[in-house]
Amino acid sequence: MSTSTPVFPFSAIVGQNEVRRALVAAAVEPAIGGILILGDRGTGKSTSVRALAGLLPQIRAVANCKYNCDPDGSSFCDYCKASLESRKATRIPVPVVDLPLGATEDRVVGALDLESALTRGEKVLEVGLLAQANRGFLYIDEVNLLEDHLVDLLLDVAASGENVIEREGLSVRHPARFVLIGSGNPEEGELRPQLLDRFGLSVDITTPDDVRQRIEIVRRREAYDRDPAGFALEWSRKDKTMRSKISRARKAVAGVTVSDEMLEKAALVCMALGTDGLRGELTLMRTARAFAALDGKPAVLEKHLKEAAGPSLRHRLRRDPLDETDSGVRVERAVSEILGG
Amino acid sequence: MDEAPVASADKWDEACLALSLALVSPAICGGIVVCAQAGPVRERWLDLLKRLAGRRTVITRLPVDAAPQRVFGGLDLVATLKSGHPVSEAGLLSKSNGGIVIAAMAERMSASMAAQIGTVLETGQLIAERDGLQLRSSTRFLMVALDEALDDEPSLPGVLKERMAFQINLDGLRTAELSDPKTRSADIAGARKRLADVTLSDEVAEALCAASLALGVDSARACILANGVARVHAALAGRSSTRQEDAEAALRLVLVPRARRFPQSEQDAQDDMQDCPEADHDDEQEPEEDEAGDEMQAPDAQQLADMLIAASKALLPADLLTTSDVKSRLRPRSAQAGKAGALRRSSRRGRPAGTRRGDLRPGEKLNVIETLRAAAPWQTLRRREMQDRLSASAPSQRIEVRKQDIRINRYQQHSETLTIFAVDASGSSALNRLAEAKGAVELLLADSYVRRDQVAVVAFRGQGAEVLLPPTRSLVRAKRALTGMAGGGGTPLCAGLEAALLLALSERRRGTTPVIVALTDGQANVARDGSPGRLQAGRDALDAARAIAVAGITALLLDISPRPSPAAADIAAAMGARLVPLPYADSSAVSNIVKQETRGGSDRAYTV
Repeated sequence: MSTSTPVFPFSAIVGQNEVRRALVAAAVEPAIGGILILGDRGTGKSTSVRALAGLLPQIRAVANCKYNCDPDGSSFCDYCKASLESRKATRIPVPVVDLPLGATEDRVVGALDLESALTRGEKVLEVGLLAQANRGFLYIDEVNLLEDHLVDLLLDVAASGENVIEREGLSVRHPARFVLIGSGNPEEGELRPQLLDRFGLSVDITTPDDVRQRIEIVRRREAYDRDPAGFALEWSRKDKTMRSKISRARKAVAGVTVSDEMLEKAALVCMALGTDGLRGELTLMRTARAFAALDGKPAVLEKHLKEAAGPSLRHRLRRDPLDETDSGVRVERAVSEILGG
Repeated sequence: MDEAPVASADKWDEACLALSLALVSPAICGGIVVCAQAGPVRERWLDLLKRLAGRRTVITRLPVDAAPQRVFGGLDLVATLKSGHPVSEAGLLSKSNGGIVIAAMAERMSASMAAQIGTVLETGQLIAERDGLQLRSSTRFLMVALDEALDDEPSLPGVLKERMAFQINLDGLRTAELSDPKTRSADIAGARKRLADVTLSDEVAEALCAASLALGVDSARACILANGVARVHAALAGRSSTRQEDAEAALRLVLVPRARRFPQSEQDAQDDMQDCPEADHDDEQEPEEDEAGDEMQAPDAQQLADMLIAASKALLPADLLTTSDVKSRLRPRSAQAGKAGALRRSSRRGRPAGTRRGDLRPGEKLNVIETLRAAAPWQTLRRREMQDRLSASAPSQRIEVRKQDIRINRYQQHSETLTIFAVDASGSSALNRLAEAKGAVELLLADSYVRRDQVAVVAFRGQGAEVLLPPTRSLVRAKRALTGMAGGGGTPLCAGLEAALLLALSERRRGTTPVIVALTDGQANVARDGSPGRLQAGRDALDAARAIAVAGITALLLDISPRPSPAAADIAAAMGARLVPLPYADSSAVSNIVKQETRGGSDRAYTV
């Protein structure tokens, strides 16, 4: 998102607390693994995600590394391995990469760099969006309209955290660990169940039906359109507060403890809902820990579990396509039964 | 459409006003959807657009089958081959910066194309990742979408429509009655200058937001557009702040065309529901939780809405909301939402699905960039080889492409099946069979969720037929449509078959394979013109059935009468359809039979 105009500030978004909380949680704990934002048109789905890019604290990365390798990390790309001694660290913004519809496979995965191959006869990889998104976010607007073969590819890479390129005489593998964010309108077409399950969190976004909120949306949008830079400056303090909160939470999240009691409750909720596999339970715990870290708490509390249950479980319920009950309602019911109203 | 006749002069004035406003600020307004058939009125409107835009404005036509690389930019083939490294070429949208893009036959635009154009309109930034290129450019243009969809046909995908402020309708106008507006190019240029200083007054913002809620406009973007349009309107009128007139214009031009609810008292609401039972399930954009919310909130929200409407009425003239043709718009024009996107595949080309190695035969599409990539690693070797063969002194700089390098674009030819259920919902059969029909459709739908096929439902009863469920794969919409299906009345079999045929033909044109499944007892008693009478009704029904056979559409007739009926057999024979008597079948049996039929297993035995 290399635009010269500043993006709409994250703090200036009206309402949409669940979406904002989920995005921030994923920034704190990337292992949550992907966020799916589903909702009507005009509810601020893409605004929220694009705003995230402007909010996130910078990360340390190896200078000139195409894959944004972490200088303090344990695994490196081939380039960084080769220049082990001489490499320098810089600070870069967390990459938030837009994957536009209609993108071709070579641009997503990476491909042979034509120019150097043709003119100098060198085999050089021209990195794709997956490399650019390493350690950051990969955003797909209208994810349900994405070509099937690209979806398959993304799923594979997102699951393994590694992009393997075997084409045109190239054989390259590089780290590609990113948080996949997809947004879409379910009425435009359904998402394949495999893809659905791959998102850690699923957030339903609805339009604010409160007139005050609507007026506020209109007002802020107008102010932003009139003077994007000035508007961003006006909100920069709030964004900054949020940013340092994320930074603190990021450091603290590893130390957040989960009591046996909480673990048991989480397991009970998952069992009551009959979610398939362990992925739901893991995500639930990770999200709850991220929330606890954001609240500055040393351990996961019941309220964190409650807050995390909806987004981490509602898309994992075994779905009877004809069951009328909304899955969000089912999760809520189970949560209030086990954790109490 | 049974639209209330709006004075044509008004309609035209509105269209011209939308045009002027959009020209003042394409950035705020986004664009105009022009719903009209090609003809002199539309031409007149486009001429006006050209005149008001001024001679220097670039107007580009976007053809319906434009390749994505022409639209969004891509590889400049000639320059690339000449220079040996990828050279990009700006697309139509980038080139139109500051100009106007007119999309012809916008109703045929693919959802993916619409979504991409929508993003460009919204952000003013074009981002494309294709053909080995990363394209970034800023572009602002006015989008004009010429939507020629007929009443029940899908129109421009909502994902783009949503981002365009105006939807105007020119149908029913005659050129003789039209007079050109007083607005001149100079007025527009002046308004453009003033716009930056026009402020949005609190009352207008509040009234428009309240009105949007009262009209059931869900999208917050619509609110933003309406307020923007109010400001543009004020600028055009030479005011420095928005006033009542501006709010009225925004309400009429932006909110009312998007209205999904008629602001009215509770009693009216109930009457209205009885008048048009389809109003509640025919809608397209609301996910189910919202609808559930609507049902639950009934009394409180109604009071609230009344309050808000009253508040906005203080500012808006009282008759504004009632005189407009909100009511007809409660029934959305089309089915675009559910059927859009990944589901629609053109049989001509299919969806791109990567590339493969192959020979360049006629009809195959060469993928230049992949071919060059395949050739690239061998260049040093081949050049040396050529040098030896020609005993030249220096290696040639030409790129040597051999046959084995050729890469062909691969398309997924996924011919999709659309099962159209023509369901007899009349009194005679409905009572005992409607539940089975609903169940079968639901089961098929669950199945199509896996196979990515589509389902549509045409119901006929009383005086005529209607497309209850436009082609969809969306569980949400289907469930809603089926829940609302009512039974009772006469049997207008002819109308039902004709509606199914029309739908089948229009879907076949877009590359899907339609299958008609008629669930009826064949006892027609309402003729084509809606008059009762068994004899004429039977004849009309046979005619309609023959038309299906002539069109060559695969059909299946499930006889749902308690005993096998000769009438149903006749209809099936005329239709060229397989007749399946269904005395005691349940939904899963119906579903099984249809599955067998649509898979082409015509020689399979049925197990009922």
